[in-house]
Amino acid sequence: MFSKAVPRHNQAISFDAFKNFLFVLPAVGIFSIFYIYPFFDLFNLSLHQWQGIGPKTFVGLQNFQELWGDKVWWSSMGHAGYITLIALTFQNALAFALAVACDREIRMKRFYTLIFFIPPVLSEVIVGILWNWILNAGTQNGQPIGLFNHLLVQVGLPNLVHNWLSDPASALTCIAVVHAWKGFGWGFIMLLAGLQTIDRQLYEVAKVDGAGSWTTFWNVTVPMMVPVIMVVVILTILGSMQVFVLILSLVNQGLVYHTEVPVTRILSSMSVTNQFGYACAQAVVFGIILVVVSFALKSLSNRMKQA
Amino acid sequence: MKRLGAWLCCALLVVITCGCAQPKKAVNEIELWHWMTDRQDALEALARKYEQETGIRVKLSLFAPSDSYIQKIIAAAQANVLPDIYGILDKKTIFASFIKAGLVADLTSAFEADGNAWGKRFFVKAVDNNRFAVGNMDGVKPGIYGVPLDVSTVQMIYNRNLLKKAGIATVPATFEEFLAAVKALKRVGIVPFVTGFGETWIVDCFASNYAFNIMGEAKVMATFRGEVPYTDPDWMAVFTVFQTLAKKGAFIEGIVTKGNKYAEQDFALERAAFSFDGSWGVNIYKSMNPVLDYGVAPLPALKAANPMRVWGGAGSSLVVNALSPNKDKAVAFLQWITDTPQQAYLSEQTNNLPSNREASVGISPILGDFAKAMEQSTHPRVWILNEDPIVVEAFDKGIQSIIIGEKTPAQVAVEVQKIKLRQMGKVKRP
Repeated sequence: MFSKAVPRHNQAISFDAFKNFLFVLPAVGIFSIFYIYPFFDLFNLSLHQWQGIGPKTFVGLQNFQELWGDKVWWSSMGHAGYITLIALTFQNALAFALAVACDREIRMKRFYTLIFFIPPVLSEVIVGILWNWILNAGTQNGQPIGLFNHLLVQVGLPNLVHNWLSDPASALTCIAVVHAWKGFGWGFIMLLAGLQTIDRQLYEVAKVDGAGSWTTFWNVTVPMMVPVIMVVVILTILGSMQVFVLILSLVNQGLVYHTEVPVTRILSSMSVTNQFGYACAQAVVFGIILVVVSFALKSLSNRMKQA
Repeated sequence: MKRLGAWLCCALLVVITCGCAQPKKAVNEIELWHWMTDRQDALEALARKYEQETGIRVKLSLFAPSDSYIQKIIAAAQANVLPDIYGILDKKTIFASFIKAGLVADLTSAFEADGNAWGKRFFVKAVDNNRFAVGNMDGVKPGIYGVPLDVSTVQMIYNRNLLKKAGIATVPATFEEFLAAVKALKRVGIVPFVTGFGETWIVDCFASNYAFNIMGEAKVMATFRGEVPYTDPDWMAVFTVFQTLAKKGAFIEGIVTKGNKYAEQDFALERAAFSFDGSWGVNIYKSMNPVLDYGVAPLPALKAANPMRVWGGAGSSLVVNALSPNKDKAVAFLQWITDTPQQAYLSEQTNNLPSNREASVGISPILGDFAKAMEQSTHPRVWILNEDPIVVEAFDKGIQSIIIGEKTPAQVAVEVQKIKLRQMGKVKRP
C-alpha cells in the first residue's frame, strides 16, 4: 500500500507543478519575448557597427572601448546625476514636508492632495511647453515675453532678467527644477500613504512621554517611514536618471552638450549619427549602471530595516 | 482539471498563432505610410477621389512626429513589414541602405517612359533629390528611387512693416548691408533675427549656405573628402559669420535652444524682423497672423565670387516598396497624385510648393517667391558626398558654442578638424 502511495503522490506533485507552470507560461513567454530576447539582442548589436539598416559588421568590444573615452557620454552621466541629486533633495524634501503637512488634520486636505498631484499626471511634453513659456527669454516692444522674467521686472528686479535656458550656467538647473516640480507629486502621494499607515497610538504614547513634535518626528515618524523613503529614493533615481522628454521639449536638441543626459546621447547616436551599435553599447552600460545602483540601494534599505 | 489545462494550452497557441499572422490585405488596396500631419486631410480627400475613379483604396497611416516616423520605418524594414508606399526622411546614406537592402523599387523606367512624360512634370531639383547619379559614393545602382510629392526651399524671410519702422528701404543683399540693418533695427528696439538653431539641421543649413558662398561647392566637397581642413581660412570665415552676428546682437534671446516651431511663432507674431525658414512656414504664418506682410530672399552674401545657394528640392518624397506585390498599383497612384489637378489641390489645401511645375502656376505670390529659388537650390541629398554625421554633429554643436560666446571660431575649427581626422581614420571612403 505504502509503496503504491508514493508514486501516486509524486504524480500528483508533478501534475500540480505542470499546472502551475501552465499558469505562469504566458507571463514567462511575454517576459522572454519582450525583455530577455531584446536584452540579448541589444548586447549582440552593441558588438556590431550598424546603421540601423543593411549589413552589420562585427567589431567586438570596440564600441565599449570608444565609449570609455567618450567625454560627452560621461559628462551626460554627470548631468543626469545632477538632475537626480536635485530631485533627491529638493523634490523629495518638498514632497515629505507637504506629505507631513497633509497627514495632519488641516482644512481642505483633499484639495491640496489633488493640487499636488496635478504636475505628475501632466505629459512631459506639456510641462516642457508650459515651462518654455515661463522661462522664455525673448522680448517684444522691450517687455519680456516669459512669465518669470516678466515677474522679475514687475517686482523691481530687472537686473535678474536672464536667458534661463540658453545659458550654460543655468540651463541644467532649470531643467532639474522643472523635473523636480513635475515629479514631487509622486513622492508626495507615496509618502502620504506611508504616513497614514503609522499607528496613531505611537504618537499618543510619545505625547504622554512628553516628546515634542520635533522629537516625535525624528524618533517615530522617520524610523517608521524608512522603507517607504527607500522606495521613493530608488524610484526617484531611476526616473531622474532616465529623464529626456522634458529636456527635448525644453531645449530641443540641447544647449551644445550642456544639457545632454545618457538617454539623449543614446537617441542622438541612433537618429543623428546613425551609430546603432554604439547606441546599443551606451544602452547596455547605462542599464548596468542603473541595475547596480538599484541593487546597492535595495541592499542599503534591507540593512536599514534590520537596524 | 487536466481538460482545463489542455484547453488553456490550445487557447494560448491559437492566440499566439493569430497574433503572429500578418493582416490580410484586400486585393484592391494599397497602403501608404507618412509623417505629414498638415497634409493628412488633403491626402485623405485625394485617396477617396482615387478610389472613386479607379476602385483602388489607398489606406493612409500617419505616424508623427517625423522622428518617430523614421524609427517606425527602420523597425518595419527590419521586420519586413513595410507598406506599399512610404517615405524615407533620413539622410541619403540611409536612403542608400534601404535601396541596397532591396526595399526600394527603381522607378527610372516609369519616370522615363513615353519620352520622360512623368519625369518632365517635376522641378529638376526635386527629381535630383531622389536620384542616385552614376558613380555615386553610396554604391547604389544609378537611377531614380523616389517620387517628390512637394518641394521646399529654405531662405531668409523678412517682415516689411518692421523693416519700414527701422527705416530700412531695401532688403539687405550683402552681409555688410545686413549688419547695417541689424544696427538700425536694434536702434528702434526691434529684435533683428530669429530661427530655430535649437535644431541642428538649421544650423547646418545656415552654415552650408555661407560655406558655398565663401568657398564654393568644390572646396566644400574637398573638405568632406578630407583634402581641406576645417581650420582653413574659408571655414574660419564661416564660423566667424555666427560670431559676428552674435556679437552684434542680431539673434533673438535663446536662439540656440529655440525649436523651429517656436521661431516660426516668433516671426508670425512680429517679434523679429528676419527669420530663416522653409517654405512650409507659409502655412503657419497664414494661420497665426493672416495680415503678416513679409517677403523672401536668399541669405545676404558675404562674398561676390560664389552665388548664395539655398537648400531646396524635394520637401516630401515617397518611395515604392520593391517587395510589394502591388508595385504597379503603387506607381500608378503616385503618377496620379503628382498630376497637375491633384498637385494644385494639395498646394491650395496645405500651402506647400507643388513638385509639379505646371501646378505651381496658380500658387500664392509668397510661395511663388519661394519657388523662384528652386533653380539655384542645393541640398545634401544632391551633393556627390556628405560629411560624416559625427563630424556634422561636432560642427553644429561648435557653432552653438560660438553663438553663446563659449568658444571662438578658431577653437571650434580645431575641435571639428580633430574629430574629422579621427573619423577619417575609422572609415575608409570608397
